[in-house]
Amino acid sequence: MKRRLPSMTAALVVVAAMATLPLWLANTYYINVASQILFWAIFALGLNVLVGYAGLTSLGHAALFAMSGYTAAIVVTAGGAHLLGAVAAIAMTVATAAVFAVLALRATGIGFLMITLALGQIVWGIAYRWAALTNGDNGINFKTRPQPFGIDLTSAPAFYYAVLLVFLTAVMTMAVFVRSPLGAAVRGTRDQPRRMTALGYNVWLVRFAAFLLSGFWTAVAGLLFLYYNQFISPQVAALQTSAEALLMVISGGTATILGPIAGAAIVVVMKTVVSAYVERWNMVLGIIFVLIISFMPDGLVPGISRLVRSMWPQRRSNVTGERAAKAASEARP
Amino acid sequence: MNLWLVLAINSVTLGGLLFLLSAGFSLIFGLMRIPNLMHGSFFMLGAYMGSAFLKQGLGFWPAALASAIGMAVLGGLVERLLLRRLAGQELAQVLLTLGMSFIIADACLMIWTGDPIQPATPPDLRGAVTTAGLVFPIYRIAIVGVAVAMAVALWLLIDRTRIGAMIRAGVDDAPIARVVGIKVSQLFTLVFCLGAALAAFAGVVGSPYLSIYPGLDAEMLPLALIVVILGGAGSLLGALLGSFIIGFLYNFGQALFPDLAYVILFVPMVLVLVLRPQGLFGRAAL
Repeated sequence: MKRRLPSMTAALVVVAAMATLPLWLANTYYINVASQILFWAIFALGLNVLVGYAGLTSLGHAALFAMSGYTAAIVVTAGGAHLLGAVAAIAMTVATAAVFAVLALRATGIGFLMITLALGQIVWGIAYRWAALTNGDNGINFKTRPQPFGIDLTSAPAFYYAVLLVFLTAVMTMAVFVRSPLGAAVRGTRDQPRRMTALGYNVWLVRFAAFLLSGFWTAVAGLLFLYYNQFISPQVAALQTSAEALLMVISGGTATILGPIAGAAIVVVMKTVVSAYVERWNMVLGIIFVLIISFMPDGLVPGISRLVRSMWPQRRSNVTGERAAKAASEARP
Repeated sequence: MNLWLVLAINSVTLGGLLFLLSAGFSLIFGLMRIPNLMHGSFFMLGAYMGSAFLKQGLGFWPAALASAIGMAVLGGLVERLLLRRLAGQELAQVLLTLGMSFIIADACLMIWTGDPIQPATPPDLRGAVTTAGLVFPIYRIAIVGVAVAMAVALWLLIDRTRIGAMIRAGVDDAPIARVVGIKVSQLFTLVFCLGAALAAFAGVVGSPYLSIYPGLDAEMLPLALIVVILGGAGSLLGALLGSFIIGFLYNFGQALFPDLAYVILFVPMVLVLVLRPQGLFGRAAL
């Protein structure tokens, strides 16, 4: 417990800095960038449950993200209440995630990736072609942000605080999930599926649960995305969005909680900065992808923490042990 | 009556094009165990390069050939310089091809702008023939002819030559193929070049019919993906059958249920995944 004190202090400082951000960063533009980082981080955390902890790389998560936004937009535009829209969005997205899981979990590895990619394209196709429902390429305008408990979220700081609240909940859920028996089981199915079966775990069911958890947080992020932009179009469901989210997870470091958050910050800041100067975001996205995968495959956070550990060798955490166990398991396929 | 005929002709034409595209995709997947997510980009970049050669005054078929050769070189470079560094890490390789696809798409947008280009149909293949009161556009039939010729050539290559036997051995069991002295890593490069060349060739051949525009890559890649999931990785026959199934579903789906055409396209894929995960002609499951 004593050992965790510095990191607890660090976490408190970071949370305090985030909570007071609109005070010391009194610029609407930057506060909005911060809001974007937070809801993309929620998306990346959700995706990380599958990519990092379960070892299942999904390229179809943009579909879930967009499904949530579209459902809320359609329900509210049709005259439904915001609460109904939000509940419907999350229910619909988790149900879609369940369908995706049933189909995609017939495979792992590359097969899983291909199936999620194809399923994601179906949803993109619906968003793009089924104009009667989704207004096709023109997208849907979402007139007003919701007012939970009568609080107006129109201003940038108010919306930032709302997103921050959801974000902190997501981070805490993830921390609990990682330490929970389910979290351990999910990691077990990633590293040693056959032994997990021998131990009596239903590997399929564990992966299914991971997929649903991932789908849930993706749905929440999709809702926040809709509330922030007040607009949704088929572009959100495109492969590019899945790739961006995956880049956040990979660049930060998979199977860590800090990694996807750092990755989301990096990708959102780069996208904002690059888009301000040139219309070449896709090129930059591709180049970062290639560079990260070629030169820093385990991401920035594990890379930096490895650096820190090598500077203070006595502060070895159990991450090293986990890594050794993983290396050993990879040596025996 | 006439509508059905037009639809059927379009379906067969698209099927032929899809075969040219997905044969390479399937061989790469069968041998290297990775779906090459650049394959749609090869198709689009090939089509753009073909249009550039046409502008230089080259004939249609020489332009298609030049584009295919250019793409083979490019594919070889990507395989040798980038994918080779990640040998054995399939997931990293796939993500690398995904990153490259964004780079290629944006480079095309930069060079050829966003305006669609529609190269002219080769002069001797314009117009239509009328047989028994039915009108057949010649170029569409020519596409099918080219696809069939390619299918035969590929089949001869894979089934009747020494290189083909080596590729089949590599698809079946790469480690054992290595043990008996086949240089599988050279086969990787060869198959990657071949796949890239076929995709580029398909892009040029298809361009007078589909026209070339940004986003064509993202439209063709999922089609190749479904064809291979349907037909089974590494199987030419599977790619051929899958291509025509998807060609028909795409055109008839669009005519009959325009809103849900894209969903219908994926129905056979879902069925295959549930009932026969290795694909119609594949050996091992994904």
